[in-house]
Amino acid sequence: MGSRSSHAAVIPDGDSIRRETGFSQASLLRLHHRFRALDRNKKGYLSRMDLQQIGALAVNPLGDRIIESFFPDGSQRVDFPGFVRVLAHFRPVEDEDTETQDPKKPEPLNSRRNKLHYAFQLYDLDRDGKTSRHEMLQVLRLMVGVQVTEEQLENIADRTVQEADEDGDGAVSFVEFTKSLEKMDVEQKMSIRILK
Amino acid sequence: MEGAELAGKILSTWLTLVLGFILLPSVFGVSLGISEIYMKILVKTLEWATIRIEKGTPKESILKNSASIGIIQRDESPMEKGLSGLRGRDFELSDVFYFSKKGLEAIVEDEVTQRFSSEELVSWNLLTRTNVNFQYISLRLTMVWVLGVIVRYCVLLPLRVTLAFIGISLLVIGATLVGQLPDSSLKNWLSELVHLTCCRICVRALSGTIHYHNKQYRPQKGGICVANHTSPIDVLILTTDGCYAMVGQVHGGLMGIIQRAMVKACPHVWFERSEMKDRHLVTKRLKEHIADKKKLPILIFPEGTCINNTSVMMFKKGSFEIGGTIHPVAIKYNPQFGDAFWNSSKYNMVSYLLRMMTSWAIVCDVWYMPPMTREEGEDAVQFANRVKSAIAIQGGLTELPWDGGLKRAKVKDIFKEEQQKNYSKMIVGNGSLS
Repeated sequence: MGSRSSHAAVIPDGDSIRRETGFSQASLLRLHHRFRALDRNKKGYLSRMDLQQIGALAVNPLGDRIIESFFPDGSQRVDFPGFVRVLAHFRPVEDEDTETQDPKKPEPLNSRRNKLHYAFQLYDLDRDGKTSRHEMLQVLRLMVGVQVTEEQLENIADRTVQEADEDGDGAVSFVEFTKSLEKMDVEQKMSIRILK
Repeated sequence: MEGAELAGKILSTWLTLVLGFILLPSVFGVSLGISEIYMKILVKTLEWATIRIEKGTPKESILKNSASIGIIQRDESPMEKGLSGLRGRDFELSDVFYFSKKGLEAIVEDEVTQRFSSEELVSWNLLTRTNVNFQYISLRLTMVWVLGVIVRYCVLLPLRVTLAFIGISLLVIGATLVGQLPDSSLKNWLSELVHLTCCRICVRALSGTIHYHNKQYRPQKGGICVANHTSPIDVLILTTDGCYAMVGQVHGGLMGIIQRAMVKACPHVWFERSEMKDRHLVTKRLKEHIADKKKLPILIFPEGTCINNTSVMMFKKGSFEIGGTIHPVAIKYNPQFGDAFWNSSKYNMVSYLLRMMTSWAIVCDVWYMPPMTREEGEDAVQFANRVKSAIAIQGGLTELPWDGGLKRAKVKDIFKEEQQKNYSKMIVGNGSLS
């Protein structure tokens, strides 16, 4: 009886997860502890319902989209590596990441491009690489609930897509999304620092 | 033959000692000071252990152990600031950053879920169950820990189980006997005596040390006593210092026997499972109870569930609609000596009681507070929040607006609508869009 701390040996594939996500050993332990706390029935994976139980997430206007981002490809479960992979997008960018990259290694999950891609995914409902006006409308509706009329929302969606759309196809692609946010300090706005 | 005689002799000496040192003083409410000496030794030992640990671990790990601070660096600015705009600004594609960050922060750490696991201690108290991050330090410390285990399991546990057994049996027998008497002040006095004696025995069964503050505000007859809820032991702690009428569901088994015996001696309010659902019936019966000024004050825990004693969650308004005077009571346990929190999803009642009986001790403070009544123009929810704040401040606990039932059910849509409303106000603003 009693609670035991999770040691590195207990986290399966701990080393490969560390390499892939760049989290430190201590952070990974904290996240594993958290994963197990969220996994109430000790299933070994998280379902959508486990994440919906988090009060502060359930009231977040984008809560549903964020929960979806943990379940790519229509799966119903997310295991610990999957969990950490999403969180890795929010790892603060440290100096060691921006030093000249080994071109053979894949881009780190917390690079500017990958952070932007995560944000883009929240809009791109059908994951086709483009956010159409219709998708924009749906996401906006999620964020405002019943507080805004259909007309007002359509105006907002139209304006947003028009401003960002460059090739006139009526949708915002990832490249256009990136371009419209090139002046934004993405690294700072999309970072969560885990205190050791 | 000889072996049996010897065993018999040991048993009888043991029982006489127990009787003399513990049971008799309980009847008269007198303390022999044995617990105080035990506590002093315990405190000294734990202090020594803490110093050894601090000497042993390198500096960085000590910082890691300050677990009451969150694990992520939070930027608590409100939505307006976080979205870098003034009211009436338009929707931007980048708004998604703020919400996704807040969402992911909640996934890594949220205020509510952490209230349903036991509080992490800053320094180890020689119990394995609280050993989250502590490593092997020295041989001496391990020896002390082993000694601690032996003391707790082989000396304290049998003693405590005996006491608990005696306490409960006395309660059932005593209450039934008193129940045979006709209603009179003698009956009330006797039932109080039985009640208090058995509660004191049970508290000693847990090595409980309780400090009562502000006894002048102790709940009076015809009032309602509300307190924050951490474990079933809360009831024991409060009834040791006064008699209350309990409110609750009728259970089967041992609890049912105790309940039926208690209700013979003095009126408690027990509901059948089906009756609990009917809120009007519940309110009616409680109103009847407090209208009778001769009846004992009702004890209610408005949170509805056990919280880990670091915060106070939403008080359900039902108890505050009955009317009458509310006597708030704050209960704060000292986690250094034993963790009293009952995590009902992790442990069932029996393993919980076993954990309690193998802890060092249960130490807590109880503060009685001045009575409060509902003011003009205040509805039940506001009144409930007022009482909740008062209890939180007195007990040094944080206050959370969330419903304790969240650990089992989903959050109400109304909270989400509030967030949506805030955001809509920002992007639609004064209604002008170009």
